[in-house]
Amino acid sequence: MESTDGLPQYCTFHLGELYLGISVEHVQEVIRYQEMTRVPLAESTVRGLINLRGQIVTAIDLRRRFRLSPRDELPMNVVVHVDDEALSFLVDEIGDVVEVPAELVEAPPATLTGPTRQLVSEVCKLEGRLLLILDVAQVAGVGATRSAA
Amino acid sequence: MADEVIQEFLVESYESLEEVERDLVELEEQSSAELISRIFRNIHTIKGTCGFLGYGRLEGVAHAGENLLSKLREGELVPTEPITSALLATVDAIRTMLELIEQTEADGDEPYEGLRQTLHVLAEGAPEEAAPPAPAIRVEGRAPMLSAPPPRSTEPADVAPEAAPEPTPAPAVEVLTRSRDGAEAEGEHRTTVADTSIRVHVELLDTLMNLVGELVLVRNQILQHQEALEDSGVSAAAQRLNLVTSELQEGVMRTRMQPIGQVWSKFPRIVRDLAHQLGKECRLEMEGKETELDKTILEAIKDPLTHLVRNSVDHGIESAEAREARGKNPEGTLTLRAYHEGGQVNIEISDDGSGVNLERVAQKALEHGLVKREQLERMTEKSLLHLIFLPGFSTAKEVTNVSGRGVGMDVVKTNIERIGGTIDVTSSAEGTTFKIKIPLTLAIVPALLVGSGGDRYAIPQVNLVELVRLEEEQEAKIERIHGAPVYRLRGKLLPLVFLHEQLGVERQQSEESGIHIAVLQAGDELFGLVVEDIRDTEEIVVKPLSRHLKELGAFSGATIMGDGRVALILDAPGIAAKAGLASKDRDAALALEEENEDASALDQTLLLFEVAEDRVVGVQLANVQRLEEFDATRVERAGSAEVVQYRDRIMPLMHLGKVLFGQPPPAYVRQDGQPATLQVIVCQREGQTAGLVVDRLIDIVEERVDLDPVGRRHGVLGSAVVQGRVVEMVDVAAVLGEALPTLGARG
Repeated sequence: MESTDGLPQYCTFHLGELYLGISVEHVQEVIRYQEMTRVPLAESTVRGLINLRGQIVTAIDLRRRFRLSPRDELPMNVVVHVDDEALSFLVDEIGDVVEVPAELVEAPPATLTGPTRQLVSEVCKLEGRLLLILDVAQVAGVGATRSAA
Repeated sequence: MADEVIQEFLVESYESLEEVERDLVELEEQSSAELISRIFRNIHTIKGTCGFLGYGRLEGVAHAGENLLSKLREGELVPTEPITSALLATVDAIRTMLELIEQTEADGDEPYEGLRQTLHVLAEGAPEEAAPPAPAIRVEGRAPMLSAPPPRSTEPADVAPEAAPEPTPAPAVEVLTRSRDGAEAEGEHRTTVADTSIRVHVELLDTLMNLVGELVLVRNQILQHQEALEDSGVSAAAQRLNLVTSELQEGVMRTRMQPIGQVWSKFPRIVRDLAHQLGKECRLEMEGKETELDKTILEAIKDPLTHLVRNSVDHGIESAEAREARGKNPEGTLTLRAYHEGGQVNIEISDDGSGVNLERVAQKALEHGLVKREQLERMTEKSLLHLIFLPGFSTAKEVTNVSGRGVGMDVVKTNIERIGGTIDVTSSAEGTTFKIKIPLTLAIVPALLVGSGGDRYAIPQVNLVELVRLEEEQEAKIERIHGAPVYRLRGKLLPLVFLHEQLGVERQQSEESGIHIAVLQAGDELFGLVVEDIRDTEEIVVKPLSRHLKELGAFSGATIMGDGRVALILDAPGIAAKAGLASKDRDAALALEEENEDASALDQTLLLFEVAEDRVVGVQLANVQRLEEFDATRVERAGSAEVVQYRDRIMPLMHLGKVLFGQPPPAYVRQDGQPATLQVIVCQREGQTAGLVVDRLIDIVEERVDLDPVGRRHGVLGSAVVQGRVVEMVDVAAVLGEALPTLGARG
């Protein structure tokens, strides 16, 4: 989706020190913390199931996905659509919707390693900070460690 | 089945005609290539389908129209009023014939020569000047002369006569009006298929179903809260809401129901081709094809059913020669039956072949290493038969391109179990029958809510057999075989699965002591799921899980509870498999069980009778031919023996009470002076029949009994505990030996 200026828009949020963004076309809505029903046997990144107005949405803990340490505060839900399925990404805090001119967008640097390398598709060089654009399908996909259970 | 094809054709054609009509009218205002192509396509489709269905006349008319349209499409002609009118007349003619088909299943004997000629003339390029408006008037005038009824007032007809060109329009119009009128005369309230049915996208139905699901949840919530409110107005409204919701739910569910005949419709062809290919003769009979099932389920059983049908023709039915050699009709019969029973649908696929060759099954199972020889020797026929459902099993002597395509019975079984169904097979020398039981719908199901690790889970009622609660002191009754917990449920070993262990969650200490066992049926497995607590039963709306949660295998879906929270739905077969209770192990375990079985154990159906007023004896069903009642007046004497005439033969009677307990036989005359009625077990041995007189039949039980030698004597095998009481088991052979002294004498 593009703004009136024709620039791609990203819904941004914070996860620890990371400043992340998802193209707005993937985002259905942003909601506050919801009670969840845990799913035994599932990967640890699956935090549980949310009842989103009658629709059952799987919540994926982005902190766990990025292998960050857990945080005490309640996370926010960014509900995204991937392959006709609704998923919720649990993030620390919601940021603004930003427009990014194409010249500021670059492929992630080769030095980027770990889970971040797989999950980030592009880097936007905003003034004073870097916005990492998530590869939604990758984040949604399997591949994290199985829960110990 | 043909009916359905025709119905579909009619509905589609009526719709197309309406579109054509609209397009033709629009064409008059503004010509466009797009419109012409669409009209052409619609008419072309009708022509093609009716040709396929064998409606030659209809095809002819449609063809003539199509010819004209193709000229328009190719730009050789431009649409003019006469052309449009002729095309509209074609639409009318087609519609008339469709109505005829609907009523009589034939397209009538009216050739529509006039119309066809008109179309032909127009197509051959007699343009505008050949069709001045004038003839139309003549048409109007001529129609009554041809004893046609007054012109109709419907719109296409108005157009047609006005512009129909010379020299042929009159007959066309006349014909149209006449047949139209004929149809109308049959009754004004007659409605066409198109009037009474509409086509709706499945997606819309799914949405409706979801909304109804939501409504069911809201209803559940309201019902929960209204109790607390104690307001009679609210209660009344809640009750009404409850009723309406239930009805709505049923109604919406029915919109998704489709007759199973839709899936069956392709079977005659499959059977025919397959039989032909295999050099067999096979007839397919279908009963209950109107039995309705949810569309989703219908889709899900399509492949398993096809496989079973192919399998039956391939393996079940013998070749014509083999059948003749056995004195059977060379043409084999494959019967499909479907019927509703107890909220479920049963589907049976039976063949009249020679039955499953158990020896070959055993041989194959052995070759593929699915069982051990010792196990085989101990297996019952039923267990042997069920070996065909094991993965990696195929009895085909050679892999034909028919059934041996890597898809085995195990896949059929898995697919049927996936939708909450079960499959069973029985086989005898008269044929083999596969019986499938499946739920009517998957969308809204009654379920039991249980708790484990502090969470709630739903278990669909269809998997639930019974609930067992063990008090704390009874927990010792859980025994272990090599660490595997089992519970003796009415004498049978029930493997136990602890839900919290399978899910890897902490067991929560509930306030109440004791444990709950939900006895679940997963396919042909019976197992006890140990949960921490058992809550309500509720109608739940099944919602799908996201892809990677489905793969966990333990959950079949999720649902939203009355309080808005999500609960996972347990997948009974999945949990059984996780717990290592897969069929293979189970069958092996079964074989082992039989192996270890004490020779004195009887695992059969027992008939319990009361004799000698208060003694209970058990007779194995296998020994019983029939249960009969005789009027005491029918008892006659032959020598010292009491006999009755039974089926034109003399049948000796023995009083079991007298033989076993030395009690005198009961009086043959009741206290009120009427003759008593004798309850007689008819037994047969070596072609001779004898009757054992008992006081009454108490019960029929299916139970494994361990025979104890206590009380063993002539005529009594020993005793056993059956349903909590001591029962003496009758040695039928010995008792009969007394009644039929000639037994064995003839070798």
